[in-house]
Amino acid sequence: MPLTRPDEDLPLPDEAGSAAYCGRCGDALAGGDHERCERLLALEPPRYCGQCRRRMKVQVAPGTWTATCVQHGTVEHSTWS
Amino acid sequence: MTTTAETTTDILDVARAQVLERGEALTQAQIVEVLRTGDDRLADLLALAHEVRMKYQGPSVEVEGIVSLKTGGCPEDCHFCSQSGQFTSPVRSVWLNIPELVRAAKQTAATGASEFCIVAAVRGPDDKLMEQMREGVAAIRAAVDINVAASLGMLSQGQVDDLVDMGVHRYNHNLEAGRSFFPNVVTTHSWEERWETCEMVKESGMELCCGGLVGMGETIEQRAELAADLGRLEPHEVPLNFLNPRPGTPFGDLEPMETNDALRTIAAFRLALPRTILRYAGGRELTLGDLGTRDGLLGGINAVIVGNYLTTLGRDPKEDLALLDDLEMPIRALNETF
Repeated sequence: MPLTRPDEDLPLPDEAGSAAYCGRCGDALAGGDHERCERLLALEPPRYCGQCRRRMKVQVAPGTWTATCVQHGTVEHSTWS
Repeated sequence: MTTTAETTTDILDVARAQVLERGEALTQAQIVEVLRTGDDRLADLLALAHEVRMKYQGPSVEVEGIVSLKTGGCPEDCHFCSQSGQFTSPVRSVWLNIPELVRAAKQTAATGASEFCIVAAVRGPDDKLMEQMREGVAAIRAAVDINVAASLGMLSQGQVDDLVDMGVHRYNHNLEAGRSFFPNVVTTHSWEERWETCEMVKESGMELCCGGLVGMGETIEQRAELAADLGRLEPHEVPLNFLNPRPGTPFGDLEPMETNDALRTIAAFRLALPRTILRYAGGRELTLGDLGTRDGLLGGINAVIVGNYLTTLGRDPKEDLALLDDLEMPIRALNETF
């Protein structure tokens, strides 16, 4: 599935380096301890958009997960090598 | 261990004679005894459970993939589940379309799996969901060589008949917990309602897949009660889930089960269900890790879910398949029976 980006100027929900919010708990990354969240995100997809902390629509399939933020678009990750 | 000249009361000796040699399942009281054995007996317990599995089920392992057709927004209040609409879980409602469903079935079949289970977070299916199932099952059967299973909550007799007509060969409906602990887990429906659906499925000719979760705060006696309840029900398959505490759920703050407790539980369930497929289901990655996963496969488990779960992620199937290869446990072929 191609990634979709409603606004070309906006970063994708999980775009590395630009996230302001934790994908697991939705809290601000700055000033918070999200080490446990990071560890657990190896076993679960993000539920909050890293850019705007909106709850995303997430579909998990046997070998992929897809997360959609209404503002920042859709990302798909393969979880199989 | 206490012995006399004629009898032994050591539970592992009793289990060896009763389960391994005579093929008789442990009683509920005996399951409690097994669950109370110490860590110093764990290796012996797992070895015995493995012998039972090998004698009555053989070395092959049944591999299955699962996918959520309808995620979230469930009206029920199963306290372990992030898909209940009654909790402040971050899981949002979403439906999978038919092409994506077929794609998921193809992904699963590519691992060598013989089973693909379509799951929906509902109390029971409505007409829309049954129509989606009819279309989806037909599309999968036309495109993929794999057995299709379903898990859609509580069923009416008419819905059971419809699923048989669609070609669904196995239906999952878990008891979730022993009868006495169930009201601590679910309040929106009863344990008896679940049992009734299981009985209807058994009588329909579909295979019944029925298991539960452990690590939800139940006592040892209540855990044994679940195993004994399942023994009475005699499902074709028992999926064993370990609680993965989900944010926003009533059980979200519980600690994951200790690894040795989980392994003891696997072995106890095998001794309670010597002729049943015993499947690793959710939570094993968190509770057991890589080493524990291996120990469980050498302690009574003979089926796995590969890849991701409904809302959480699993191990890369290559790791599981490599482990099975290393353990010389062949993947059960389509239509092969234990």
